[in-house]
Amino acid sequence: MSLLRSELRMIADWIRPGSHVLDLGCGDGTLLRYLHEERQVTGYGMEIDQDKIVKAIENNINVIQTDLDAGLSEIESGSFDYVIMSETLQAVRYPDKLIDEMLRIGAEAIITFPNFGHWRCRMELFYGRMPVTPSLPNTWYNTPNIHLCTIKDFEQLCEDMSLTVLQRIVVDRDHKPSATAWLLPNLMGEIALYRLQRQ
Amino acid sequence: MPETIPADSVGLVTPQKLVHDAPIDLDCGRSLPGFEMVYETYGQLNTRKDNAILICHALSGDHHAAGYHSMEDRKPGWWDTCIGPGKPIDTNRFFVVAPNNLGGCKGTTGPMSTNPETGKAYGPDFPIVTVSDWVRSQALLADHLGIEQWAAVAGGSLGGMQALQWAIDYPDRLRHSIVIAGAPKLSAQNIGFNEIARQAIMSDPDFHEGRYYDYNTIPRRGLMIARMLGHITYLSDLSMRAKFGRELREGKINFGFDVEFQVESYLRYQGKSFVEKFDANTYLLMTKVLDYFDPAKDYDDDLSTALKDTRAEFFVAAFTGDWRFAPQRSREIVKALVKGRKNVSYSEITAHHGHDAFLMPIQDYMDALRTYMNRVAQGGAQ
Repeated sequence: MSLLRSELRMIADWIRPGSHVLDLGCGDGTLLRYLHEERQVTGYGMEIDQDKIVKAIENNINVIQTDLDAGLSEIESGSFDYVIMSETLQAVRYPDKLIDEMLRIGAEAIITFPNFGHWRCRMELFYGRMPVTPSLPNTWYNTPNIHLCTIKDFEQLCEDMSLTVLQRIVVDRDHKPSATAWLLPNLMGEIALYRLQRQ
Repeated sequence: MPETIPADSVGLVTPQKLVHDAPIDLDCGRSLPGFEMVYETYGQLNTRKDNAILICHALSGDHHAAGYHSMEDRKPGWWDTCIGPGKPIDTNRFFVVAPNNLGGCKGTTGPMSTNPETGKAYGPDFPIVTVSDWVRSQALLADHLGIEQWAAVAGGSLGGMQALQWAIDYPDRLRHSIVIAGAPKLSAQNIGFNEIARQAIMSDPDFHEGRYYDYNTIPRRGLMIARMLGHITYLSDLSMRAKFGRELREGKINFGFDVEFQVESYLRYQGKSFVEKFDANTYLLMTKVLDYFDPAKDYDDDLSTALKDTRAEFFVAAFTGDWRFAPQRSREIVKALVKGRKNVSYSEITAHHGHDAFLMPIQDYMDALRTYMNRVAQGGAQ
């Protein structure tokens, strides 16, 4: 899943220029490249898929082939200013442990994920089907998304893990922050973006 | 034996020779009064002299990395899969230099060369060299060719170790370091295999303490066993199973000790043909070069400190089926580079071929290397 320009912008706005960042599940490296151009960041992307590795090399970013499910124990604590995981959380095996690791190796974590509480998902479940939506385009049997959650679920986890939400943006299906998504995030928000740190 | 030279081959090549007349000091404390180094080049050095790639060979490799020496050659150079017009290391845009390292047996000064002090072959008296010694002598070759800075230094296995050492020893003389199927140092298991190879050679009655040239013989059996053992460690269980299984040469077991299984036949053939083209003293030397390689040892065993002053960008690649230098070993290099905030990309190629995968035309590997070489050609990254 590739990020839209508006989301790249939102993430870039959260990042101090010249920071050192790690992008987990970096795909073809679009975000890192954007952050390098807009925020002069240094850092690395991590990706498991070989085709995306090649694209990321093509994109002139530092990419490290890694299975996030195997953990980040090879990276030293406090190595990065930001550890970003964009629309990957729902596809990893141990989301809670990974978030914990992100905040061990980075000062702050930036996490984005598709909100399973979005009304469209709820509608499809109401009619008895697993949701297939623009932000969750796969069917149940071939989806890489094994840990879907709602905004409420995620914030509960943050509370349980004693994490501080520094910033949150919830965007609608046009990938823009809207009044409805602001008023009823868990119902109207399609994608949620969080900036977190440890309390 | 190519009937015609393939379009993506560098074609017929002729080795050249550097004659270095001044002494060169070695890490062991000894020095050589001078040395000769054979090398091949492919492609053209551009006028800015910034498109040169140094190719470093592994244990039993040499300067013949690509192309053919004659139309009678059965096989092209050892890295022909990667070097040639349109190949990942594209000779249409790069000037590729491939030397035979000091201590070698293919024309570069080594144990078979004449020791000027005695007028006889060095044999076991040839000093034990190190990866750093190689890098130093390769830098002299660069001087000779007028190459101030390599666009990249690349190699697989022991060749990758040279690429790593280059970045440490001459930070300003290369822009990219390409380390494939390498390791930051050997494990006890690796050294153990090397020791068995050495014991096989040295316990051969024809070894004569390394002076077998004087007896007009070679430690044939020992070198053969060393190579057979080495060969197994370059393959994987899976690739050997796929290639030989338990296939029998005559279709039945004969309750004897002759060759029965195909794998035995193959290993004996590999061993025997190796004996004809490689020198046992050089083999001993090369295993020692491997054993001694440990760039972190002068930095409190901290690899990231050893790499602190490097300025090259790194491309590290490993293969899942390689148990001789497993991906874990490459990740140690990556980890140290990440800690030092160095530019590095790492690709872990899914391949069952074992350590030898770095010589094979595996699609994912070719794609990753080709893409990285595009970056090298464009002159850099972020």
